[in-house]
Amino acid sequence: MNEFLRPPWTDLERQHRAVTFGMWAFLASEVLLFAGLFAGYSVYRGLYPRGFLAAGNETSIWFGTINTFILMTSSLTIAVAGRAARAALLGPARLLLMATFALGVLFLILKGFEYREDLQKHLLPGPGFPIAVAGAQLFFAFYWVMTGLHAVHVSGGLAAVMRLILVSGRNGEWLRGSASEEATALYWHLVDVIWIILYPLLYLTGRAHG
Amino acid sequence: MDRKALRALWLRPLLTWGALCLLLAATCGLAYVPLGWGNLPLALAIAAAKAALVGTIFMRLMQETPLNRMAAFVGPIWIFIMFVLMGADYLTR
Repeated sequence: MNEFLRPPWTDLERQHRAVTFGMWAFLASEVLLFAGLFAGYSVYRGLYPRGFLAAGNETSIWFGTINTFILMTSSLTIAVAGRAARAALLGPARLLLMATFALGVLFLILKGFEYREDLQKHLLPGPGFPIAVAGAQLFFAFYWVMTGLHAVHVSGGLAAVMRLILVSGRNGEWLRGSASEEATALYWHLVDVIWIILYPLLYLTGRAHG
Repeated sequence: MDRKALRALWLRPLLTWGALCLLLAATCGLAYVPLGWGNLPLALAIAAAKAALVGTIFMRLMQETPLNRMAAFVGPIWIFIMFVLMGADYLTR
């Protein structure tokens, strides 16, 4: 009996297949959660094109672009970590997981600075909102909800990556034997993909019209 | 770790990351070029290309079992159906 095998599976191969299938099914449901927001964004952008273009110009292109770069790089480090673990290079795999965690934390720190800048510019929908074009407040309602929900997902991903780092510290073979590394990496990549879609909707909108 | 093992580990992911960075620079630069209604579809097409790169190379979708590939495509297919039905309503009012 393998130490990484969990009931009800009788071999690691089947357990691995079940875990990855379960993760892909979960990711499909996650995609649909964000799709509801994308749908709302599309409808309101269609109804208030001028407001969305004016408001889109007020988000921080620098924070948005640097954070996109950071998340893409963290996808690289966790992808190589998985390849290293499968090649039994468990030390480098663990180091790459630490790099992934650090990049995720850096993303959240920059997001915090960006939120502070947004609040200083009164970009929270409500009284005192500075852009007097119909629909601009709706754009920022989507901005806060979408980036907030995404940040919750990054935080969940960070907890999962930290678990990999901690458990593999006690038993390095666990990274290779259990399917946890692959499941966590799939989730982390999805968080990256969601951000890749959010980036043009929230940060590139209205730049050519400014 | 010898050079060959290092190369096998990093080459494909690093090339993918390079392509992602180029696409990021392209989409950011093109956002400032006035293309009228064309800015959004172009930006979304580049985003889709980036998502496809992450899906196929980083998430190893092509090496997955057919069952997993089907699960991966189910999300986008349902979104497509949702947007078609939504467009049938809002675009024809």
